[in-house]
Amino acid sequence: MNLKKTKYIFKQAFKSIWRNRMMGLASVGSVMAVLIILGFILLIVLNINNLALVTKESFDEIAVYIDDDADIELIKQMDKDFRQIDGVLSVGFQTKDYALLKLKSDWGDDASLLDGLKENPLPNTYIVQLTDVENSDRVIKRLKQHDGVEEVRFYKDAVNSLISISDFIKRVGSGLIIILLLISIFIISNTIKITVLNRRKEIELMQYIGATNGYVRGPFMIEGVILGLLGSFAAIIILMMGYNYFIEYLAGRYVTLLSGLSGYIVGLDMILMDLTIIFLTIGIGIGILGSLISLKKFLSI
Amino acid sequence: MIEFNNVSKIYKKDFAAVKNINLHIEAGEFLFIVGKSGAGKSTLIKLLLKEINPTEGSIKYNEQDVTKIRKRNLAEYRRKIGFVFQDYRLLPRLTVYENIAFAMEMICCSSKNIRREIPVVLSMVGLSDKAKSYPDELSGGEQQRVSIARAVVNRPETIIADEPTGNLDPETSSEIMKIFNEINKRGTTVIMATHDREIVNNYQRRVVELKNGLILRDTKSGGRVNEPKKD
Repeated sequence: MNLKKTKYIFKQAFKSIWRNRMMGLASVGSVMAVLIILGFILLIVLNINNLALVTKESFDEIAVYIDDDADIELIKQMDKDFRQIDGVLSVGFQTKDYALLKLKSDWGDDASLLDGLKENPLPNTYIVQLTDVENSDRVIKRLKQHDGVEEVRFYKDAVNSLISISDFIKRVGSGLIIILLLISIFIISNTIKITVLNRRKEIELMQYIGATNGYVRGPFMIEGVILGLLGSFAAIIILMMGYNYFIEYLAGRYVTLLSGLSGYIVGLDMILMDLTIIFLTIGIGIGILGSLISLKKFLSI
Repeated sequence: MIEFNNVSKIYKKDFAAVKNINLHIEAGEFLFIVGKSGAGKSTLIKLLLKEINPTEGSIKYNEQDVTKIRKRNLAEYRRKIGFVFQDYRLLPRLTVYENIAFAMEMICCSSKNIRREIPVVLSMVGLSDKAKSYPDELSGGEQQRVSIARAVVNRPETIIADEPTGNLDPETSSEIMKIFNEINKRGTTVIMATHDREIVNNYQRRVVELKNGLILRDTKSGGRVNEPKKD
């Protein structure tokens, strides 16, 4: 492709975008909307998956909360009994005082908030480690039956429900995105259609003269690509600003949470590059598809 | 050079636009296609430009089967044929010079080539002083001359003109005809559809007369169109 041809194609593309700017705006808007929703879903799924991953680290541990009424004999007995359950690797004890201390150190500067507590609300806890996660259901059942056990916490449930939520969002989200993609392809193809009709005389003439396909189709393809690109850039900017605001809002509201658990939220810098590549690809794809549909329909001499 | 062999184009409901056309055109010929509207003149031209494909028969251009030209090779084929429209089809936002340059740019042609060729064709059609005018500043005859210049600037082997004088008065028409004659003298095949009896009779060339999609007669040269019979 030579320079003159490129210049001609881009000039025509920009000219018709300007001449037809309201439809252009609608096209950019629709691409933007699709991508923002796509980005929103991606961010939710990414964060849930990340959360599941972080939580998984304590996957093979079961926390057994001990009733505050249980006396020291019972607690000692529990240790012996728990060790005898098939599938238990080890048993560790964590006093309620230690749990509070650990919480205070996790909260750091905000630990003073905990000083106001009249009584330690945290329970004494046995941490039961499993030989294999497969055995979890059976072990939990046995643990729950024991005297003095207030509650049994196992993270696998939490992880599983997180994963199933993210699966659900993925499924509903992909359906929604496919519909929205089709809508924006339709809107772009309509925009291009208007340009094709505007320039019908000129295009007919070009085809009679024997202009190469590049000359005839080039401007429309470029027009579609430009509209798609504008839509994706707008979506990236809006989504990133929104996400940044969300993180800052969380940080402002739940400083304590965030300082201790900052690994739970996917950072902006980690996803910006990938998201940009995904968005630009989809934006360009929508633009090209929209153009092709219109060209196929309206350019056939 | 151009061969129509048993060509028919049948549209829906068994309506045949042209039927069993056998037509051989030699390189360098000047040929009039005459007939009333609906006789099949335009269909013949469309077939030759491969705007439509025949239902039956074959069309050959320089031994190449036109009906089998692939879509991506169509542009290349059309460059061999210059087309002159009845309604000129000039781009209104471009000057005379730019209109002709447009046709060259679409196909190849370096800027140097364009600067060299355009004055030549403009002087051939007698519009050297109008290069910077816009189409709406020109008379119909002048616009048609620009259209002819645009058709010949890429040096096609064949010029097809569909009613080129259809919108022009007799005097202007005869000027336009002189230009076509000049083009033909330089070796370019000219095929002209017209229903302008006077032109056909003045030029004494080969005449193919169509009626209801059939070739009524094909006079090899010196053809005339008779006065319509008075009822």
